Amino acid sequence: MALVQIENVSKTYQMGEVEVKALQDVSLSIEEASFVSFVGPSGSGKTTILNMIGCLDKPTVGDVFVAGEHINLLNRKQSAVFRGSALGFIFQSFNLLPVLTTYENIEYPLVMIKNISQSMRSEAVHKVLKSVGMLEQKDKFPDQLSGGQKQRVAVARALVTQPKLVLADEPTANLDKKSAVNVIQLMRSMRDEFGTTFIFSTHDPKIMKEAEVIFTLEDGMLLPGEENK
Amino acid sequence: MNKIFKMAIRNLMRYKRRTLLTSLLITVGILTVILFSGLAGSFKEMMIGQITDSNLAQMQIHKKGYVSSIDSMPLNLNLSPKEYKTIEKILQNHPDVEAYAPRIKLSTMLSNYAETTNIRLNAVDPEKETMVCPDVTNRMVFKDNVREKIFVKPGEIIIPKNLATGMKLKAGSPVVIVAQNKDGSINGLNFTVAAIIESVLGPQGKEGYIHIKDARTLLRMEKPEVTEIAIRIKNFNQLSAVYTDLKSSLLKFKNKKGGSIFEIHTWEKLSPFINIANMIDLMTISMKLIMIAIVLISILNVMIMSVYERIREIGTMIAIGTSPGKIMGLFLSEGFFLGLISGLAGNIIGIAGIYLLNIFKIRFSFGRMDNLLLSPAININELFWLTAIVLLVSVFATLQPAYKASKMEPVDALRHV
Repeated sequence: MALVQIENVSKTYQMGEVEVKALQDVSLSIEEASFVSFVGPSGSGKTTILNMIGCLDKPTVGDVFVAGEHINLLNRKQSAVFRGSALGFIFQSFNLLPVLTTYENIEYPLVMIKNISQSMRSEAVHKVLKSVGMLEQKDKFPDQLSGGQKQRVAVARALVTQPKLVLADEPTANLDKKSAVNVIQLMRSMRDEFGTTFIFSTHDPKIMKEAEVIFTLEDGMLLPGEENK
Repeated sequence: MNKIFKMAIRNLMRYKRRTLLTSLLITVGILTVILFSGLAGSFKEMMIGQITDSNLAQMQIHKKGYVSSIDSMPLNLNLSPKEYKTIEKILQNHPDVEAYAPRIKLSTMLSNYAETTNIRLNAVDPEKETMVCPDVTNRMVFKDNVREKIFVKPGEIIIPKNLATGMKLKAGSPVVIVAQNKDGSINGLNFTVAAIIESVLGPQGKEGYIHIKDARTLLRMEKPEVTEIAIRIKNFNQLSAVYTDLKSSLLKFKNKKGGSIFEIHTWEKLSPFINIANMIDLMTISMKLIMIAIVLISILNVMIMSVYERIREIGTMIAIGTSPGKIMGLFLSEGFFLGLISGLAGNIIGIAGIYLLNIFKIRFSFGRMDNLLLSPAININELFWLTAIVLLVSVFATLQPAYKASKMEPVDALRHV
């Protein structure tokens, strides 16, 4: 079975009295260790589909399977446990915790979610810090870092638990071009180093070129022809 | 857990001004309670001390039914010598009783040979009375201001100031006391005014003193009866326990109808000051309630603001797998630490405030008592409970915002701008 299996998924939101169809009958599958991008204009459903895969939201119709887990059937607590153990997240606005240093931000998932010893935590954090080139910035707080550096920390935080899948919603949207390319290349090298599947969304053509598999969404529908590179 | 505490403290420090203002508000609330409790408690203790050590004593034992008819000072409800001996034995064997003193209370007529008025008299054994009420002579003005060790001798009378003023009597003046005994016969004795006594709270403050032997002569007692036995215990804080103990000992003695022969009362039942004392307690409780409201509202307000400002942050924590319990724990810790910091600051400043009040001695007048010195104090238990209440209320005030944070939908929280 593929790492991500989406079968006939539709998602409808109620915005006041208006019904918004965010996704319409989407089916796709994503294999392990792939580097995937969802592309499309704003409001095309990229974030919605990432939220479904990320176990943050549930489909109105259809089924979502991630790493063999039927997402539809998980309750709130099970979802949290699953996210903590199998998934990593990278956000558009970095979403680092402002009261924690670089080191502590990366360590956070290991402390809060995975119950492992201090020495193992330290080893894991140093390993990813080195991989993302942020070892020297480990004691800095987020407000002392540049946008590119913050996103590197976010990548490290997503990888530190060694998840099967990392989801990145517009990870380069708040970065300059050079930093954006660097972050995508970093994600790709992390995929190569750790074998982690990366799924990200973007509407930047330069960034989408970096993906190995591209799914294009428009008005909540998946356009035919998955683009394999 | 340590990481949650660390994050909670850093989050508090993140909004320094807000934390400082909230903490300051709670600190001022605690400081007010400590100072009020210290001052009011000191006033209450001092007044209770004045009352019990000057004339009332801490406890009194009477014949059953005496206190309910105390206004008429009935002589037929005196304790017989045998009954007195029985009680004396109980008191002597009780380890917590420091001293006891027999008293005869009588309603008499006082004459200065020109005018006559009524006067209530306490007939006492001065040596025993001084042991029970060590401050009994404090309010007495003796002739030439010489305070006698035996403050009233046979043939002497100490009269209240208001009577002395009205009848133009002073120390050394001769007077006649006329009294009716329980058989109805009337007798009179000559006395010399030994001292004038200033009034204290309650009807006891308008009473005079004579020697117990004179009372027995005046009332033509064939046997040495007493009206009441005043008691002083070793530790005033044990009053309630000793009272219960003595009461149960006295209850064993029954009359032929099976009713109790004796009754025992603490000062609380005998002095109207208990109403003021209760009022002081009520005001202290009110101050505490106000403090609780300050803590509750200020922490609730600050934590609600904190949750609303950090919706995306909460969404991130939930998204990366933090359990709702840990999110709740984080916010509860913030409320707890805010309460703890404020509580400690309030306690430290409060203790300093009490110390300063003791340095700048506060004197005041109450009724006819002047130059009373307050010695504010607060005990460690009070501080402990105050801090515990603040912490409890802080956590309680944080419950709703913390619950709200823990129940946030990550999708909505992450979308929040």
